[in-house]
Formats: sequence, C-alpha cells, structure tokens
Amino acid sequence: MHRLAGREREHRSEFRRAWNRFKRYRPAFVGLVFIILLCVVALIPGVLSPYTATEYPTTSGASLSLDHPLGADGIGRDMLSRMIFGTRVALIVALTATFISVAIGVMVGATAGYFGGWIDSLLSRIIDAVMAIPLLVLIIAFVAVLGSGLFTTVLAIGLAIWAQYARVMRADIMSLRERDYVLAARTIGASTSRIIARHMIPNALAPIIVIATLSVGSVIILEAALSFLGLGVQPPDPSWGGMLAEGRRHIRNYPHISIIPGVAITLTVLAFNLVGDALRDALDPHQTE
Amino acid sequence: MLNYVIRRLMQGILTVLVVSVITFSLMHLSPGDPIEAFVGERPLTTEQLDLLRERWGLDQPLYQQYLNWISRMVQGDFGDSIMRPGQTINTMIWDAAPATIYLNIYTLIVSLGIALPLGVAAGVKRYSGLDYGSMFVAVLGVCIPNFWLAIMLLLLFGLYLDWVPTSGVDSWSGWIMPVIVLATAETALLARLMRSSTVEVLTEDYVRTARAKGLTSFAVIVRHAVRNALLPITSIIGYRIAFMLSGTIIVEQIFAIPGLGRLFISAVYRTDYQVVQAMVLLFAVVIVLVNILTDVLYAFIDPRIRLE
Repeated sequence: MHRLAGREREHRSEFRRAWNRFKRYRPAFVGLVFIILLCVVALIPGVLSPYTATEYPTTSGASLSLDHPLGADGIGRDMLSRMIFGTRVALIVALTATFISVAIGVMVGATAGYFGGWIDSLLSRIIDAVMAIPLLVLIIAFVAVLGSGLFTTVLAIGLAIWAQYARVMRADIMSLRERDYVLAARTIGASTSRIIARHMIPNALAPIIVIATLSVGSVIILEAALSFLGLGVQPPDPSWGGMLAEGRRHIRNYPHISIIPGVAITLTVLAFNLVGDALRDALDPHQTE
Repeated sequence: MLNYVIRRLMQGILTVLVVSVITFSLMHLSPGDPIEAFVGERPLTTEQLDLLRERWGLDQPLYQQYLNWISRMVQGDFGDSIMRPGQTINTMIWDAAPATIYLNIYTLIVSLGIALPLGVAAGVKRYSGLDYGSMFVAVLGVCIPNFWLAIMLLLLFGLYLDWVPTSGVDSWSGWIMPVIVLATAETALLARLMRSSTVEVLTEDYVRTARAKGLTSFAVIVRHAVRNALLPITSIIGYRIAFMLSGTIIVEQIFAIPGLGRLFISAVYRTDYQVVQAMVLLFAVVIVLVNILTDVLYAFIDPRIRLE
C-alpha cells in the first residue's frame, strides 16, 4: 500500500514536470486554450449558433451585419451558424480519423516489432507500400471505392495515415523487447498479448502522442481538401472545405464566403501544431528543467 | 555500393508489387463492375453485357485478371479505359505528365531558392528580428491550406489587381500563382530545416577552426557551414516529392492545369477504375525510385555515410 502511494506521487510529478515545461511556452498555451474553445463550440453548437446550418434566414451573400456577424453564404444561410456546425464536423473527422490511424498503426507496429521474422517482413512491406502512395491519392482512391460522406471520409483518412505510427511503434517495440522488465514479465508467466499491451505499448506511446497531435492539423486540412474537391462531407452538411468550394463560386461578388472558412482552418491547424511542438519538447526526457 | 543499390531495387519492386495488389483488390472491392458503370442506364441485354465483359477480360477469375493487368503494366502498357474508348491510358498519362513535371520542378526551384538563403540567414543571425520573422512566416506557411491560399491569391492578383490569368498555363504568367501556392508549404518546411541544420553545423569544431585561422565570417559560412548544412536537406527533398504530388492534385484542379492530378481526379469523378489503378501504381513507382535515388545520392555526397 505504502509503495503504491509512493509510485503514484512519482508518476504525478513526472506529469507535472512535463506540464510545467509545456506551460512555459506561451504560444502553445494560447493554442491549447483555442482548441478547448473549439471543443466547447463543437459540443454545444445548438446553444451557440443563432440559426441552424441549413435554414435560409437572409438574402444570398448578405455581408457582415449585427444580425449575421459573419454574413450569409451564396444561398442566404447564416455563415456564423454554418461555421459553428462546421467546427463539429472538422473536429469529429480529425479526432476519429486520428484515433483510427493510431489504433491500426500501434497494433501493426507492435506486432511487427515484437514478433520479427517473416511477420515483420510482411508487415514492413505493407507499411512501405502504403507510404509509397501520395497521401491524397490514396485517400481519394479509398473514397472512390467507399463513396463520399462524413463516415467514409473518416474511414478513408484513418486507413491512409496509419503507416507513420506503425513505423515508429515498430522501432520502439523492437528496442523494448530486450528490456529487463519485459523479461521479468515473461518469467512470471504473463501472456504475449499482456506483455505487449500492458508493458511495452505504454512505454512506447509518448512519441505516438506527439505525432498524433501534430497530425491532427494535417487531418483537418485533408478533410477540408476532400470536401473542397466534392469528395468528402456532402452538402448541405456544413464543412469548412465544402464552404470554401461554395465560396469559390461566388468569389467575384461575395469574397467573405471563402475568406472566413480559410481563416478558421488556418487558426485551428496552427493551434494543433503549436501544441504538438510544445508537447514534443515537454515529453522529451533529455530536456532539462 | 552496387550491392546496396540492387538490394534497394529488389525491395522497391516488392513494395510496388504490394501496392499493385492493394490497389487492384481495392478497385475490385467497389460495388458494381466497370461495365455497369460504363453502361449506366442504356438498355443492353445480358448477352451484350457478357460480350462486353469478355472483351475486357472481366469474365475471368480475379487472380487471372490481376495477372493480366500486372503483366501488361510491367511491359509499360497501361491498357485502355472502358470509360474513354479510343484513347489508351498511356496517351492520357503522356499528355498530362509534362504539366505536372514542370509544376513540380518550378516549385522545387522556387522553394529551394527562397528557403536555403533564408534558413541560413536565420540560423546565422539566431534570435534576431529576421530569425523570428522568417520562422513565424514559416510556421504559418505550413498551416495555410494550399487550396485556400490559391483562392486568396486568385482574389487578390487575378480579380482585384488583374495581374495574372486566373486559370490555365497557356502563357508563362499562368504558372506564377500555381507555383507560389505549391511552393509556400515547401519553402516553409525547408527554411525551418535549413535553419536548424545551420545552427547545428555552426557549433562544429571545423567551423571554430575555420574562424580561428582567420577566415572572414562570410567565407566560414559559405565554404564550411552551408555546404555541410545542406546534407540533411538533400535527404529530405526526395521524400517531399510525395507531398508535392498530393499538393499538385489540388493546385491543378483549382488553376485548371491539364496535368496528372487533374487526370486522376477526373478519373475518380467518372469512376474510371482502370485509370485510377494505373495512376496509383505509377505514382508509387515514381516515389519508390525517387527515394532510392535520394539515398544513393546522399551517400555519394556525404562520404561519412556507409551503405550496407
């Protein structure tokens, strides 16, 4: 009991040290606050937005006003409301696709790294093959087969970007395989799956978390790109990329329709990148206080 | 060296084969076959449909279809498209390739031309206004989605100022905006890399020695620091090709450039699976070759690297 309590405190101080390092980097802190705000917006869009995303409260392309702070889109829908509901779509896609890719990558990488031999050769060739196809080409090929829509967008992106995690995981698991605590776990009769899941993966997770945070930004851009090309989230569902595509058609008369979603995408990606950069520095064990 | 190249080539061939299996099975997982997509609503009898399937080899078992396809691909014959009769896929690709190749080469030249001097300057004058300024722009450059940047440039230079054409590359001025859009993210990334590489090299002993023997700091930087700082850049450029090809797809679409990206997207819109699978394989071959070339070139430039 006593020992457990001691370990618990040790653990917290490790986290606290990382948090202190993270906090010191101001831009990342601002980024974190921005992300939290986005999450709140995504969780309760109905409370915050003045209209729904699909009703037509005003005239086409109405410019910014008190009633419609961000104006209206090409067919008279309130831009602010569409941006708010679009936040939800962007975050759902970004977080779920990242989660799917991390899950696949960790499993494939851990399997390849732990077992080695022909399993490793086979999985490594598959990883190489996935990485040899340009990301957007692979995702579009998936969409061509799966069809477009919110769900397939998530699936296509998740199935396309897992290889980077698998590569990192494989290398880490390989180096952990020879550690004493793994040997100890095996000696007391722990099963292979338990050794991998409970002892090895948690110790190899830090770099994965950093890469995942940094890649959330690129997933948001990928989703927007897909929707922009008309292959992702389908209208009338609001998506930042889809709104950009719509704004492009009205670029001559109502430029605000294409300016606003782009600003939102850029700021969101910036926020995730700043947090990811700071996380990388904070979790780096070689960093001193 | 030769052994290494041969081994890498064998590995590359294996990788491309895996890509071909993945692509082929993916395309045949999709609901309906190409014939149905081609025929659409036209009233054809089952016999006529069967005749069409036989003509395209779709009546054979799946593994046989794969073998037919891959053996033709290996010989450089990409086959025909059911959706666009009368034109081989080879012709389509050959017609589209030059625009994409030019776009990528121009982009590489522009981004290297800006990123290298900027990165060196920022690395040498660390923590100066120039350093902070250029790195701020570099961080932002990675975050701006290229399709939005394209629309904003079109708005400013194409519509308001009317300096450049808004689509097409019939004249040289048509290339300006697509290249700027594609080069922005690349420049940002390369500048950051060049900066950190320069900072690292400047702490090396040989730089101190060069300073100690009384060389001007310009000579130290150009002759000793930059040449070594360039090494990690060479290794990354090969890997950037894959990213640039992704960007090309969007940029070609926005600026109506008749390149490979546009061909690919239009094939997806038409559900032209034969073109899609041929192009995925083509992209993979290009990337695998570029990666091998980069690694070999890297070892060639940097004698400290031993290939085994």
